[in-house]
Amino acid sequence: MSQEILDKVNAKLKEKFESGIEHAELPYDFATFTVSKEKIHEVLSFLKSDPDLNFHFLTDLTGFQTEDEKHLGVIYHLHNMVKNMRIRVKTFFPMSNPEIPSAVDIWAGANWMERETYDFYGVKFKGHPNLKRILNVDEMDIFPLRKEYPLEDQSRDDKSDKMFGR
Amino acid sequence: MGKEIIKRTKLEIAKSPEGLEGPGFFATKLDSVIGLARANSLWPLPFATSCCGIEFMATMASDYDLARFGAERLSFSPRQADMLMVMGTIAKKMGPTLRQVYEQMAEPKWVLSVGACASSGGIFDTYSVLQGIDRIIPVDVYVPGCPPRPEQILEGVMKIQELAKNESLRRRDSSEYKKLLNSYGIE
Repeated sequence: MSQEILDKVNAKLKEKFESGIEHAELPYDFATFTVSKEKIHEVLSFLKSDPDLNFHFLTDLTGFQTEDEKHLGVIYHLHNMVKNMRIRVKTFFPMSNPEIPSAVDIWAGANWMERETYDFYGVKFKGHPNLKRILNVDEMDIFPLRKEYPLEDQSRDDKSDKMFGR
Repeated sequence: MGKEIIKRTKLEIAKSPEGLEGPGFFATKLDSVIGLARANSLWPLPFATSCCGIEFMATMASDYDLARFGAERLSFSPRQADMLMVMGTIAKKMGPTLRQVYEQMAEPKWVLSVGACASSGGIFDTYSVLQGIDRIIPVDVYVPGCPPRPEQILEGVMKIQELAKNESLRRRDSSEYKKLLNSYGIE
C-alpha cells in the first residue's frame, strides 16, 4: 500500500515538476518526499489541488534541526481522507537564512503550527498573517529547541558542578 | 458486617493565649486574640496545577480533612482568601497570572509553596518552567516532596497557622514588610 502511494505520488510530481523533488523514499513504510525550499509552496499547493491526489488535510507541521547543526527543516504530514493516503513532505534550508513560504494560504490549519515552529526553531514563514510566539513567554529571546541553546534554565545558581561531583 | 463506627467524642478547642485570668474576666493582648482567630479560620486559595493538586484534594477530603484546622472553606476568589496554596509546576507563562492572584489577595496573606516544583522548579529545570515561585512572590512556608503526602501538606498549613498566631498586628504596616514586597516589585 505504501509503495503504491509512493509510486503514484512520485509519478504525478515527476510529471508536473521538472526539478525540486530531491528524494522519494519509504522510511518506516511511509512515503516521504524531500522537496527543495524554492519549490515547496508550489508542490504543496499542487498536492492539495490536484483532484486525483487531493491531500486536503494537513495533519501536522513541525520543524527540526539537522545533526550537524547547519540546517533547519520543516516536515508536513498530509492526509487524503477519501482515499486514506498519507504522505510526508520534507524540506531543508540553511540556518543562516531560515525563511520559507507559509502554507496558511493552502491549509488554514497551518497557522498555529507555523507559529509553534517559529516559536521553537525560529523558522520564518513568509506570508504568515501573525507570526509571533504561541507557547513560550513573549519575552523569550531564544529558540529553545535549537541545539545551540541550552535546555536547562540559565537563571539557576544552585546547580554548580560541585554539588554534582562534576 | 460493615465498618465499625468509631465515635470520637474527645473534642479539643483552641487553646486560649497567655493572659491574666480571674473570676469573670480574662485579659490578654489584642495581637494574641486576633492571631488566634486568624490562625483557626484561614481561607485557603488553592492554586493547583498538577500532581500536588491531587494530593491537596486528598488533604481536603474526609480522610485527612483540612476542615479540622478551620480551613475547610476554600476561597476561589483571591479577594477573600488568606492563604495562597501553590501546588504544582508553574510555567513561566503562568508566572504573571500567579502574581496577579497574589496581588489581588487582601492583607494579611500567607503563601504556602507545596512540592518541589512550586518551591524550586523540581525536576523541570528547563527553559519553560519557573524555577521556584519565590522568584515572583514571597513565600512563607515550603513543603518538600514530589508530591508531598497529605500529612506533609497539613504540617505546612499548621506552620502557617503558627505564623498567623504569632504575627504582630503591625507587621503588615512595617517598613520591613514594604521593603520585602518592593524587592519582588509589588506596589
